[in-house]
Amino acid sequence: MTSLANKPALSLSRVAIYAVLIIAVLLYLVPLVVMLLTSFKSPEDIGSGNLLSWPTEVTAIGWIKAWATVKGYFWNSFLITVPAVLISTTIGALNGYVLSMWRFRGSQLFFGLLLFGCFLPFQTVLLPASFTLGKMGLANTTTGLVFIHVVYGLAFTTLFFRNYYVSIPEALVKAARLDGAGFFTIFRRIILPMSTPIIMVCLIWQFTQIWNDFLFGVVFSSGDSQPITVALNNLVNTSTGAKEYNVDMAAAMIAGLPTLLVYVVAGKYFVRGLTAGAVKG
Amino acid sequence: MATLELRNVNKTYGAGLPDTLKNIELSIKEGEFLILVGPSGCGKSTLMNCIAGLENITGGAIMIGDQDVSGMSPKDRDIAMVFQSYALYPTMSVRENIEFGLKIRKMPQADIDAEVARVAKLLQIEHLLNRKPGQLSGGQQQRVAMGRALARRPKIYLFDEPLSNLDAKLRVEMRTEMKLMHQRLKTTTVYVTHDQIEAMTLGDKVAVMKDGIIQQFGTPKQIYNDPANLFVASFIGSPPMNFIPLRLQRKDGRLVALLDSGQARCELPMSMNDAGLEDREVILGLRPEQIVLASGDAAGLLPTIRAEVQVTEPTGPDTLVFVTLNESKVCCRLAPDIAPAVGETLTLQFDPAKVLLFDAKTGERLGVLAPSQSVENMGNVTRLNRN
Repeated sequence: MTSLANKPALSLSRVAIYAVLIIAVLLYLVPLVVMLLTSFKSPEDIGSGNLLSWPTEVTAIGWIKAWATVKGYFWNSFLITVPAVLISTTIGALNGYVLSMWRFRGSQLFFGLLLFGCFLPFQTVLLPASFTLGKMGLANTTTGLVFIHVVYGLAFTTLFFRNYYVSIPEALVKAARLDGAGFFTIFRRIILPMSTPIIMVCLIWQFTQIWNDFLFGVVFSSGDSQPITVALNNLVNTSTGAKEYNVDMAAAMIAGLPTLLVYVVAGKYFVRGLTAGAVKG
Repeated sequence: MATLELRNVNKTYGAGLPDTLKNIELSIKEGEFLILVGPSGCGKSTLMNCIAGLENITGGAIMIGDQDVSGMSPKDRDIAMVFQSYALYPTMSVRENIEFGLKIRKMPQADIDAEVARVAKLLQIEHLLNRKPGQLSGGQQQRVAMGRALARRPKIYLFDEPLSNLDAKLRVEMRTEMKLMHQRLKTTTVYVTHDQIEAMTLGDKVAVMKDGIIQQFGTPKQIYNDPANLFVASFIGSPPMNFIPLRLQRKDGRLVALLDSGQARCELPMSMNDAGLEDREVILGLRPEQIVLASGDAAGLLPTIRAEVQVTEPTGPDTLVFVTLNESKVCCRLAPDIAPAVGETLTLQFDPAKVLLFDAKTGERLGVLAPSQSVENMGNVTRLNRN
């Protein structure tokens, strides 16, 4: 009797809920499964079987070919993403610190204008940005792309840090000032050690945004300086020779892996950071 | 340790906006405990922030010792502050919290260790030194916050409502402990509170503030017995002073206040300087403990009145009895063993010498020889006129 009371009955509604959930999971997983299966098939295998059939012979040839093609661009993406993420996060943290703890006359207006950057579509800045990069001599370089991503990312990183820091009591800064600490000492010794969750959020957000960017990459780079998203597009859209779907799929997987990895490693901070400050601890 | 003097300090947040602080004048001696007390929005916290240098003043001077610190940054003023929220650095241990200010001032590590040990012993927080603030109770956090201030040995200590986040029992304990500590260390201290009991019990000097103006500055005793105006009289004291609006009359050459309980009437002869008070709308102020039950012996000497009990509130140490006089609710603080029933009639007795008068319109204190006269003399004036 007791076991019956403790165990929720498998009612019709519960079955329905699980059924819907399982269908949703399958729907989301199918593309990934197709990609993985195809990437390990031989071209003949792809031609003969259907999309979801198991490879008759598992081969890594698609992955090897794909890696040989996109290797340089993969590295380019790192050269663009890592500095852009670090620089935009650092400046964003400092901006947020000033806008929340060291308000000045007009700082609210400044913050409001900065927020426009979050809502500005990429397309509107393409021409002025290209003009600016040209004047700076950074056109078609990875450095130029780093610059663009830093500028564009600042609006978001500043917003993240500012909103996180307004929940930190101002009395902490006052106490530190009376203790004799200055602007940077307070930031480094008091504020930064409290910022781990929001730093994680910012890193994940910026990494995903910049790594996955296609538009800036395709417009502001060419040839050897292109990021992997552009290279992938070039690879897939090539019109010469036979379509090598296994290579395409493997290349797409390679392009997507780093962001996946970042989310798996730091994902718990992401959820924690986004909700931090919502409830007073 | 040092003296603190505020000379005509003014503060406004912009032209056209009302002044946040108006002509603040006060000074305390070395080792004195100054209380800034007032309702919220009276400017007491702003004044404290100005002393700390966290906000700039727009006029006047702040002197610490012989030095004008008005233009100096907080770190150069050599001031330590305990915040209402304690403001402990959450990522640092208790030891690091206390050390922080000393390290920034580049004190040698050996001296820092000695100082931390001294403060920890003083506040009995030795066993907490390696914990983070989040692992401490409210009372322990409060001690650490005080420890951080004490370790610096600054010229002046500022306390911004340090006890208001504690529960009632702990608050009373810490209050006594702070007083004990001040008696031992003789630190020059400025203490902001909205709690009039803290103001009365802790302060050597009390400044009662309202609307950015100091209403009265004096010892707790002066503030309590000789309030400068209606606001001070009503703000200090719990239960608050009774106020009875009435018109003074002259009878047989003497100025009297006529009290009416509905059951009986009573003439209360005025003892203060009565020039110009005749036939004037005034507010008569009488503290609850100054209305007592008429006893047999003194009955003939002091004016008495019979009144009906409307509400009784036994608090433990006293019984508060409410009666109606001249259509005002009047609270009397009687001995706890007197437990009159509602509707019962009591004979109450007043000491006319303790009665205070205030102007009904301005709230200013009346019946004092010269309004400009310092509060110290007011007590004497009352006493002289009694005869």
